[in-house]
Amino acid sequence: MDFDRSRFVDRELLDPARVMEGAHGGYGRSHGGIHVENGTDNSLDFLKNPVDLGTSIMAVAFKGGVILGADSRTSTGVYIANRVSDKVTSVDEKIYVCRSGSAADTQAISDYVTYYLDMHRTQYGKPPKVQTAASYFRELCYHNKNNLTAGIIVAGWDAAKGGQVFSIPVGGALLERPYAIGGSGSTYIYGFCDAYFKPGMTREQCEEFVAKALSHAMARDGSSGGVIRMAIIDENGVERKFIPGNKLPYGPL
Amino acid sequence: MRRSSGDKLRDALGLGGFSFDNARRNQVLALKGHMIPKARKTGTTIVGVIYEGGVVLGADTRATEGDTVADKNCEKIHYIADNIWCCGAGTSADTESTTALISSQLELHRMSTGKQPRVVTACTMLKRMLFRYQGHVSAALVLGGVDCTGPSLYTVYPHGSTDSLPYVTMGSGSLAAMAVFESEYKSKMTLEEAKALVHAAIMAGINNDLGSGGSVDMMVINKDGNTPLRNYDRPNLRKFRQDYIFPRGTATILSEKFTPLSSLVTIETETSAMQVS
Repeated sequence: MDFDRSRFVDRELLDPARVMEGAHGGYGRSHGGIHVENGTDNSLDFLKNPVDLGTSIMAVAFKGGVILGADSRTSTGVYIANRVSDKVTSVDEKIYVCRSGSAADTQAISDYVTYYLDMHRTQYGKPPKVQTAASYFRELCYHNKNNLTAGIIVAGWDAAKGGQVFSIPVGGALLERPYAIGGSGSTYIYGFCDAYFKPGMTREQCEEFVAKALSHAMARDGSSGGVIRMAIIDENGVERKFIPGNKLPYGPL
Repeated sequence: MRRSSGDKLRDALGLGGFSFDNARRNQVLALKGHMIPKARKTGTTIVGVIYEGGVVLGADTRATEGDTVADKNCEKIHYIADNIWCCGAGTSADTESTTALISSQLELHRMSTGKQPRVVTACTMLKRMLFRYQGHVSAALVLGGVDCTGPSLYTVYPHGSTDSLPYVTMGSGSLAAMAVFESEYKSKMTLEEAKALVHAAIMAGINNDLGSGGSVDMMVINKDGNTPLRNYDRPNLRKFRQDYIFPRGTATILSEKFTPLSSLVTIETETSAMQVS
């Protein structure tokens, strides 16, 4: 007898490996609904494309905390769907993520992890660790890798290990790093980051590192741009910062 | 093809809804060169803007089937709740059934909580549903309303991503409408300013986008309730129409026949007192 799992929706929801099972379109990812084969009108095809976060994102850990930063461009093909989007998303009080890849996928994953962390906090009666949040993300990204396009950087502060940065690239690996960069714009700044980063930077130095690196990525990557949004997390809480598009620290060091 | 458990449950309960049973077969047929029937898509301009104390939604009224205008005066601003309305672009069947489904679920939610529904709730329900269908339900929505947190405005994309912004546009005319918003929008507008801006944005879509046309529909939502402004402006009315007036007796009467109704039915006149007990 075929097991009707739809009656156990709540239980299924708790199992990260299964949350995508109900989703349709398992036969390869279809990008954008009905395709017009004869090509009579494809001038507005980009409006049918899934919303993509062609992105520049990064996170850096410093002594006692962590900084996350992202550009603000969300595009569907060649059209900018949102020029002031917030890709630095909260999943718990002191755990944030930088999202890159499909907007729909990363929003859905973040919503799931927010829910898991809420449950975790309720069950254990204390704030979850950053490692825990990153593991939930890895679980979702790895088990559903055929249906997801998501490159995520998880960063936050917990009492056990202070500020931490985890990178989860598209395949679903989980890597802890002193700092992480991601998104299409990151390819332009690997050299910059290798040269600029040194261990033991202060909070102010890290802020400048993030702002400079993202500015240069946004200048060279067509899919990145707009403003820089940052979140600085430490023991005392979260501070959000914003650098407008005409005040980006782009240029020679 | 293995059917998903959701389909079986739906069939067992005798419910309607979306079915993708033939999606893969159709894909194979299309690859072999068979023509796939096209759904009625609404090439559309829909917009929304937040003003001081409320939201103004706007839409054009053209529905298209390929290059043909299928309906010159259709309604694209759908009801979600008294305080939440939703403009739809994409396949009109999908936008209509999606908004109707969420509207129904939200009404049940309202009855069980006894509180006015929030716009975020509608937004979350929509994005969860659209994400589950992986973009196969082509509904691109502008969701706006007022709740205990004040006015709010969202766009919901067919794949299930959402954005929250003070002014938004969607559909094939979104570029024309956004051009108007980007040059004219200012924060803390009055109702009249917001209405004028939405009107200008929809007119930009009607005049500059092939997929949009017809009239301007608007919906104002604030804490005092909603004000539908159906056909707020009709820039494309027929300018001239010949009146045909036929004098009495133009049609000749060839024969007349009367049949009394009483010969066809029996009329019961006898009444009796209602029994209680």
